[in-house]
Amino acid sequence: MKVEVDTDLCQAHGECVFAAPEIFELDDEDQIHWVSSPDDGLRDKARQAAKVCPVSAIKVTE
Amino acid sequence: MEQVVVVGASLAGLRAAEAVREQGHDGALVVVGEETHPPYTRPPLSKQLLAGAMEREKVDLRWREVDARWRLGVRADGLDPHRRRVVLAGGEQLPYDGLVVATGCRPRQWPRAGELPPGVFTLRHVEDALALREALRRGGRLVVVGAGFIGCEVAATARSLGVEVVLCDIARTPMASLGPELGAACAALQLDHGVELVLGRAIDGFEGVGRLERVRMADGSHFDADVALVALGAIPNIEWLQHSGLDVSQGLGCDATCTAVGSPDIVGAGDVATWPHPLADGELVRVEHWSNAAEQGLLAGANLVRPVDERVVYDSVPSFWSDQYDVKVQSVGFPGRAERVRMLEGSIAERRFVAAGERDGRLVAAVGFNAARRMPWYRRQIAQRASLEDVVAAVGEDERALPLAV
Repeated sequence: MKVEVDTDLCQAHGECVFAAPEIFELDDEDQIHWVSSPDDGLRDKARQAAKVCPVSAIKVTE
Repeated sequence: MEQVVVVGASLAGLRAAEAVREQGHDGALVVVGEETHPPYTRPPLSKQLLAGAMEREKVDLRWREVDARWRLGVRADGLDPHRRRVVLAGGEQLPYDGLVVATGCRPRQWPRAGELPPGVFTLRHVEDALALREALRRGGRLVVVGAGFIGCEVAATARSLGVEVVLCDIARTPMASLGPELGAACAALQLDHGVELVLGRAIDGFEGVGRLERVRMADGSHFDADVALVALGAIPNIEWLQHSGLDVSQGLGCDATCTAVGSPDIVGAGDVATWPHPLADGELVRVEHWSNAAEQGLLAGANLVRPVDERVVYDSVPSFWSDQYDVKVQSVGFPGRAERVRMLEGSIAERRFVAAGERDGRLVAAVGFNAARRMPWYRRQIAQRASLEDVVAAVGEDERALPLAV
């Protein structure tokens, strides 16, 4: 599984950090950081994060 | 289940349709939407799209990937839950085995809206945003009636376009649902950007011959105006369900699994749905925010396909944001249920803080200004029913917490 974030779109809403804290994190400047190849066990959480992102900045691919 | 019908083709309906498929439904799936547009996202309508900083196409959501028949520009007019038929405008009856109700809300209109002079707007649809943008481009003075989050956002966007703004509300502060202290912070933000605030006073009407000329106050005074926005909240679209026998007294009445009360083959999601929230002591809530439409749509759609005894309770902590000038206002939980508000991080003066809402010793809400990275943690504490005492202690030991100004 691959996770991509379009950082130009990201507005640091933090919805992904709540949905999948194992994958996403906001730093002290509210910049997003993420694990680009998370464990397959986190697939549901990654997909949830993509669906609740208010700016559709997250893409999850197999 | 042969045919699933989703009524409502905005965010909640889209997410529900996706979830119906992901949960394994391989029969027919029909999405009915009154708007002629495929699903689009509404938050930019009061911000980037209104400012002209975003193209129209950019508000479209990804909808083509969903294997569904889209019936757009078609209104649902009625429901017969016994024969399992949605009645469409024009009389066609659409059969279903499972139904998602996601018809959303519409803006509360000024009484006798049809008699208003041109130049008085509401904001819900993409056409509203484009029309308001056009009106603001002509310049002049905007009077915003209602200082909730839409009103405040439009005031901010209009200021960024150089438009003169008067922001009115019968309440004593803008964003009154956040309470007086945080409302005062929202007022200061507007004042600093040159907005004229008219608070604690009622509007009486809109006057003008051929076009809006002034807004009349109940005390007899008036404000000259070229454009006005009526932003007085929203009303759930339940009229089509009025004769269905479903409980529509406060939106579509659902149980904690988003299942319509008494009708296991119907679920509700988004702005239209009311349900007893486990984290609000089972109090009925209806949440008109983006994140709820997405999350509730996903859960309700999946639940519809599940057997009734396997349905999952919807207990997501409500979360919303509002961008005003250079401040991202965020709220998690139930600010309206808080009995006390306590500053836990940062400072109001610097417009970077987190305030906690407490009820019976428990954390029930947190509101942040420019504190995005802190909010997911608070949201988790609310989900875990943390006590305020534990939260205060944890914040005190957290190196990433914003230093509290004293």
